[in-house]
Amino acid sequence: MSDGVRMHDERAAEPLRGQGELLLAGGRMLDPASGTDQHLDVRVRDGLVAEVGSDLAAGDAEVVDCAGLWVTPGLVDLHTHLREPGFEHAEDVASGSAAGAAGGYTALCAMANTDPVTDTAAIAELVARRGREHALADVFPVGAITKGLRGEELTEMGEMRRSTARVDFFSDDGIPVADALVFRRALQYATAFDAVICNHSEDPDLTAGAQMNEGEVASVLGLPGWPHEAEEVMIARDLILAAGVGARLHVPHVSTAGSVEIIRAAKAKGVRVSAEATPHHLSLDDELVRSYDPVLKVNPPLRTEADVHALRAALADGTIDCVATDHAPHAAETKDQEWEHAPCGMLGLETAFAVVNTELVASGLLDPLTAIARMTTGPAAVRDVGAHGGPIEAGRPANLAVLDPQATWTVDADRLHSRSRNSPFHGRELTGRAVHTLLRGRFTLRDGQVAASAAQPQEETL
Amino acid sequence: MSTATTPRPLTDLLSIEDLDAEQVTAILDTAERLAEIAARPIKKVPTLRGRTVCNLFMEDSTRTRISFDIAAKRLSADVINFSAKGSSVSKGESLKDTALTLKALGVDAVVVRSSSSGAPVQLKRYLDVPILNAGDGWHQHPTQALLDLYTMRTHLGDLAGRQVGIVGDVLHSRVARSEVQALQLMGAEVVLVAPPTLLPPRIDSWGVRVAHDVDEILPHLDVLYLLRVQRERMHRAFVPSMREYARTWGIDSSRLARLKPEAIVMHPGPMNRGIEISGDVADSDRAVITEQVANGTAVRMACLYLLLAGAAASAENDDDRDPAPAPAAASDQARDGAEVEQ
Repeated sequence: MSDGVRMHDERAAEPLRGQGELLLAGGRMLDPASGTDQHLDVRVRDGLVAEVGSDLAAGDAEVVDCAGLWVTPGLVDLHTHLREPGFEHAEDVASGSAAGAAGGYTALCAMANTDPVTDTAAIAELVARRGREHALADVFPVGAITKGLRGEELTEMGEMRRSTARVDFFSDDGIPVADALVFRRALQYATAFDAVICNHSEDPDLTAGAQMNEGEVASVLGLPGWPHEAEEVMIARDLILAAGVGARLHVPHVSTAGSVEIIRAAKAKGVRVSAEATPHHLSLDDELVRSYDPVLKVNPPLRTEADVHALRAALADGTIDCVATDHAPHAAETKDQEWEHAPCGMLGLETAFAVVNTELVASGLLDPLTAIARMTTGPAAVRDVGAHGGPIEAGRPANLAVLDPQATWTVDADRLHSRSRNSPFHGRELTGRAVHTLLRGRFTLRDGQVAASAAQPQEETL
Repeated sequence: MSTATTPRPLTDLLSIEDLDAEQVTAILDTAERLAEIAARPIKKVPTLRGRTVCNLFMEDSTRTRISFDIAAKRLSADVINFSAKGSSVSKGESLKDTALTLKALGVDAVVVRSSSSGAPVQLKRYLDVPILNAGDGWHQHPTQALLDLYTMRTHLGDLAGRQVGIVGDVLHSRVARSEVQALQLMGAEVVLVAPPTLLPPRIDSWGVRVAHDVDEILPHLDVLYLLRVQRERMHRAFVPSMREYARTWGIDSSRLARLKPEAIVMHPGPMNRGIEISGDVADSDRAVITEQVANGTAVRMACLYLLLAGAAASAENDDDRDPAPAPAAASDQARDGAEVEQ
């Protein structure tokens, strides 16, 4: 359990470092909430943004040179599997939030498929508290829709909503709520708390035994496929049900061109729907599966090049509101098996910005401000993540990222902060990297080095 | 396909997709030379003496395993049979640990059978010895396709332009995937005949003709290749019943009569008599099913030879190296080889 601590840079752990006044000077501020894209300095004092302006005087502040860098709100991830409690061999809140800090994230929404499942206020509060103890990112738990993710009985959403974890977002992620009546009741019930319901979009009857995208590649590889229809049928059902009861629906990890069309049509009709796409679905396609490398096995699966292009266009035009990582760590011994036995999931937190920057910004599809919007204001509009996602203005908590859009690096899974190694981008050269991350004015990442967890080691072995 | 040039050396046999026509021809030609060994009183040559071949079978198989076993032994290789049924972590040793074990044991080649598509490709990541795919999931069964080509060549000669009809459960068939690629490599034309529910997705990308009416197709074929249809396919609504399958797609003697007189009937085995093939068709002189089995040994010998000795031979530019030396020279060493195995 001390792994998360061991890999942190001791230098960054000095308690006073980053606690005094800081001046982020000379950077390009990209603040989607205020629509700002210009060179501005940001003064940080006592954990808050003290001042934003041009050519601010350094005074007693420690100057952080941001020339050539982007100063943005800390990134917000709606979809993270932190694996604690229950699967700490793959990831825990400490290692997962270290990975988040390394990726420029200050807010992580921890999915509910833990063991025990995050289906009670007690577990939700535990997960959120672990985030506060380690102080590397704020952790916003996602509550399960149904007890034990079994798709039968609703969880006590009201109590989770009123708990200190303030859960306002519910998902059985990984498992669809297949029963239309249960799902409709979940949507109805959640409206009492203005909570968002997020359903893993997959018709399980259509995906029995599925191993990869159903298509030309699966046909040759002899792997049973997830047809794109399985996702689209479920999204269509969920949208119809959500519209009927006036509920808020969030569609996770959209992966097909058909899904995009369905969501676009629903938005045009005024359905209260938001949607996310993952960096891997925005950049990788099923041709890669020809290697049978289980790192590439994910649910929903990598689709076709045409799907990738449809997702990119949908992210650009706002049909898809945000980039969410679906960061899903798996220990090597469980992931490194025959393809059909390997679990689904990929790491994402430490490469998300780089992938978006390389694939979408550098290619000219997204301007930098829109790209940052999809990773900050976009997710922050879906659920309550407190003072994350901007705007960057005086008096607000200094949750910030300083990103280098020019930094070119080769992803090395062995050097990531996650406890697992299942990055599909291992060995790839990407451009763009977080340099500093600030959580309430404290460096969680400084000069590319992740700070130590604030938690005492003995508390880690809870 | 000039015989003057040396084909690209064979490093592994994972998928027919990795081969070119020259390599396939080289395998078939080598098999032809090796087939003669089966007719000798002592069916053994010293070619792979001192080499260790591991048969790693992670899925039940009798026929393929025995065929590989005989093939390796006729070449005097030492054979280790490694059964690792159900190799996932939940059931026992992982594929990786199995591979590392084989590496530590110092085997010279691995013949692998797995119920998981892609397992031989994955194994290659941990092992730097030649890997020979003996069937993986629904993916590939390259030696089956090669022995089928060999059998077709024996009966039909050049396969270019020949019409081969593959009838049955293509979706779940590793044989069909290898077979189609191998036939296309040799210039044959393939038509798949199956219920639409038992065809792989995006079959339009395979470059084959697809038909659903078997009676209409039969008169045009040089080879009728039947695939096994498993009873469990009835359960997930692939086909309504065995009865319906047999009547719509099964081959009985009345359908056999629609074939050209010189056309042959093939089946990779094991057969479901009375379902995809009636008993009288299976036993008719048109069926070359037992020939396929016999040819399997020669083709697998050829693959082992080219993987283990052939690469070295071409590296040394030693084109004269003979996979099947004279019987007299072989017999003494064969006895030694037999002792090693005791």
